Amino acid sequence: MDPIAKYISQKISKTRWRPISPALLQQPEVFATGSWDNENNSVSIWSVGEHGVSNTDGEFDEEPQLLCASQHDGDVMDLQFLDQDRLVSASSSGAVMIFKLQPDCQALSLAHVWERAHRYSCDNTPCTAVVCRSPELVSVGEDGRVTLYKADQTEVVRVIENADSSTIHAVTFLRTTEVLTVNSIGQLKMWDFRQQSDSPAQILSLTGDRVPLHCVDKHPNQQHIVATGGQDGMLCIWDVRQGNTPFSLIEAHSAEMWEVHFHPSNPSHLFTCSEDGSLLHWETTSGSDMSTLLQIPVAAQPDTVCQQPRCA
Amino acid sequence: RSFPERSESHLIFVGLQKIKEDVPSKNKKSQFVSISKNYRSVIRACMEELQQNAGKRHMTHIVSILLAIELIWNLCEVLFIDAAPAGSLLLHLLDWVRLHKSDVDARAREVLQSDSPAHHQSYWDVVISLVLQGRVDEARQVLSKQASLRAESSSVFKRMDVLLHTMPIFNPTGTQTLTEFDVKWRHWHEECDRCLQDNTFASNRHLETICKILVGDEDTILEQKELLSTWYHFLVTRLLFTHPTIKPPDLHYYAQSSMSMFLGLRASPEPLDIILLSAFEFDLHQVIKDCSIALNNWWFVAHLTDLLDHCKLLQSHNLHFGSNLREFLVLEYASGLFTHHSLWQLAVDYFDHCPEFGRVYLELQIERVPLDTERKAIKVLRICEDRQMSEQVRSICKIMAKRALRNNRLGSALSWSIRAKDAAFATLISERFLQDYCNKGSFTDLDLLDNLGPAMLLSDRLTFLGKYREFHRLYGENRFSEAAKLLLSLMTAKIAPRSLWMTLLTDALPLLEQKEVKTQTTHALQSHFTLDEDIESTKTELLRLALARNLAMAIVKEGTIET
Repeated sequence: MDPIAKYISQKISKTRWRPISPALLQQPEVFATGSWDNENNSVSIWSVGEHGVSNTDGEFDEEPQLLCASQHDGDVMDLQFLDQDRLVSASSSGAVMIFKLQPDCQALSLAHVWERAHRYSCDNTPCTAVVCRSPELVSVGEDGRVTLYKADQTEVVRVIENADSSTIHAVTFLRTTEVLTVNSIGQLKMWDFRQQSDSPAQILSLTGDRVPLHCVDKHPNQQHIVATGGQDGMLCIWDVRQGNTPFSLIEAHSAEMWEVHFHPSNPSHLFTCSEDGSLLHWETTSGSDMSTLLQIPVAAQPDTVCQQPRCA
Repeated sequence: RSFPERSESHLIFVGLQKIKEDVPSKNKKSQFVSISKNYRSVIRACMEELQQNAGKRHMTHIVSILLAIELIWNLCEVLFIDAAPAGSLLLHLLDWVRLHKSDVDARAREVLQSDSPAHHQSYWDVVISLVLQGRVDEARQVLSKQASLRAESSSVFKRMDVLLHTMPIFNPTGTQTLTEFDVKWRHWHEECDRCLQDNTFASNRHLETICKILVGDEDTILEQKELLSTWYHFLVTRLLFTHPTIKPPDLHYYAQSSMSMFLGLRASPEPLDIILLSAFEFDLHQVIKDCSIALNNWWFVAHLTDLLDHCKLLQSHNLHFGSNLREFLVLEYASGLFTHHSLWQLAVDYFDHCPEFGRVYLELQIERVPLDTERKAIKVLRICEDRQMSEQVRSICKIMAKRALRNNRLGSALSWSIRAKDAAFATLISERFLQDYCNKGSFTDLDLLDNLGPAMLLSDRLTFLGKYREFHRLYGENRFSEAAKLLLSLMTAKIAPRSLWMTLLTDALPLLEQKEVKTQTTHALQSHFTLDEDIESTKTELLRLALARNLAMAIVKEGTIET
């Protein structure tokens, strides 16, 4: 299926499908986008398929339609759906925000802000990523802080100050009380919120050059398997129980890999997108052990891929 | 100005640059025409979007500029890019006029949908407008509404219907040659004239007017000024009915006279009129120049000139100026993009396709992009690295590293230094660490220091830092022998900074007390220290004492046990 392109008046940094209840047995039709680098940034909600007619293959022929939007202070550095009605954003202003979506998608409004969640003593500093496991949220930033929140609480639950001397680029939940962060000196750090101390439970890194890591995702079924990507475009799959060597190393891209995702229901499929302008779809061939990954080209003409990396 | 237009036209521009030189010119022409149409559809899409926000005064102004731009571009496409020969030329010009005078359709619809079309007040206006645009079949259709009403005059209408029906229209894809068409057309023209001489339409002044138009009577056509509304519509209509086989080089004569006749003595031509006239005169250079001045729109002149340059049309005009003009305009446009807070990324591709000065412009502009977030800095860096702009890479990394250092983010600072392979800055960071150590008595950011890896080799000072931290770790784990050896190697390698010798000495002292530390090591350490003149005398005394004791113990030990 050829991708559909629509030109809008903003640069998009993140796009996320809205979760739907699995009981509905449908494909998601609504997605959110966050913009960056504009004078006025916004978070927008779009729909595919509501106005258009999907053909027999379940493909959509119409362009996405804008449903509603809300102003966003600062670049949208990360975007995650907390649940069906709430969207969390990480801002370049250092704030973490929750947006509420009306049930009929008619309006999107700011419900709560944690201002200056990430900061230096005098300046603001970008919050680089946020991850949700309702009702909990974790955010990380260029200030090297890891912060834990509860969606309905104004006060932050816990802050790990100086968790990292370099920028933390991404975070993912491992278990309910454990998160994994990746930083700009190529380290993966595990944090256990049950522990009192502010030190990581474990630190992993590739032997060799300290290449910054930009993204991380956990295998949907196996809590100890994670995939990471970084500045050199290398895709690594790790077993966090097994120390410093990822069991899979692939030269996926020729530039920074911005996002990596396991398919939520079909985890032998992975998606990566990169500054080199490509979006790649990977599949493991050997069952659950993930030791071989094959690249499946996404059907897109080279000159319609825009310079901004899109994320699945 | 509109963002999607910039983004979409950027893609068209990049696609155009990729068209290979060695493709045969016939295929290229159709590609260029297609690209021209793509650009025009971008303009129209932009107009449509703006018109949806109609009502705001400055919007209407912008829409009218866009209309002018599309008009000019379309004409350039017909005359220069498609370069239609005689025969097709007029057909294309007719299309051009029809596209830019769309109110005829609305009026026609209004008339036809009314209760009694033939009595509608605009009825004859619609018929004549259609004839003026050469849309004879549609004119016939509207005329047929009249004919059915008045049986006694039906023969007159039938006569007109025949004239209109038999009007020859050149078919470029057909087998008929231009000469054959011309002969046919002259016969038809004579037939129309005969009708006038015979006063066939004397009973109906409207039909009489139409017949005069068909014959190409300039005064009659000119009388339809209101319906024509522009001199170039007048020009095309005039050509349709007097000279349908017009050749491109002959256009300018008719264009000049049409404009004079239409505007009359009182009105003076507007900038748009001058530009169109220059186009009819095939003076590309003048068109571009006047567009640049009058329209204040770099987007238009840059993209159009670039396309014309690819069609090799600028070269024939002014050899040594040709490609430079294109580059100048593209550079101007791209520079404007660069000052835009979010469009700077598009500008890069434009600079890439300016062979003479593109790189220099990029080098100058890229350093001015504000680096609000690390992610943005990384994107800027990637642009620089892809083009081997190493000076800019260094400069940007240094800015980021300094900022990180100011905020005490030593790991980040180091990360930027590694990317730039900036040994000097890595040294600076290491000094900062060591300074902190001296002030606080312990190391900060152990997660970084304990995991430096090969990055340690970036600078001597950094290597020292890593090893020194390792020394402390070994000591903390009571591995004194290894610790001492490491300390010794640090000193032998001469990478310990002068300022730290005192500190090293203080660290070394307790070591010398340790039994495990071998005699050899102790001797070696001793020799390093005693050679130094800067060391405080008390400490030196202590050292000598400790050494002496250790030496004594060692001698005793060696004497008793075989090591």
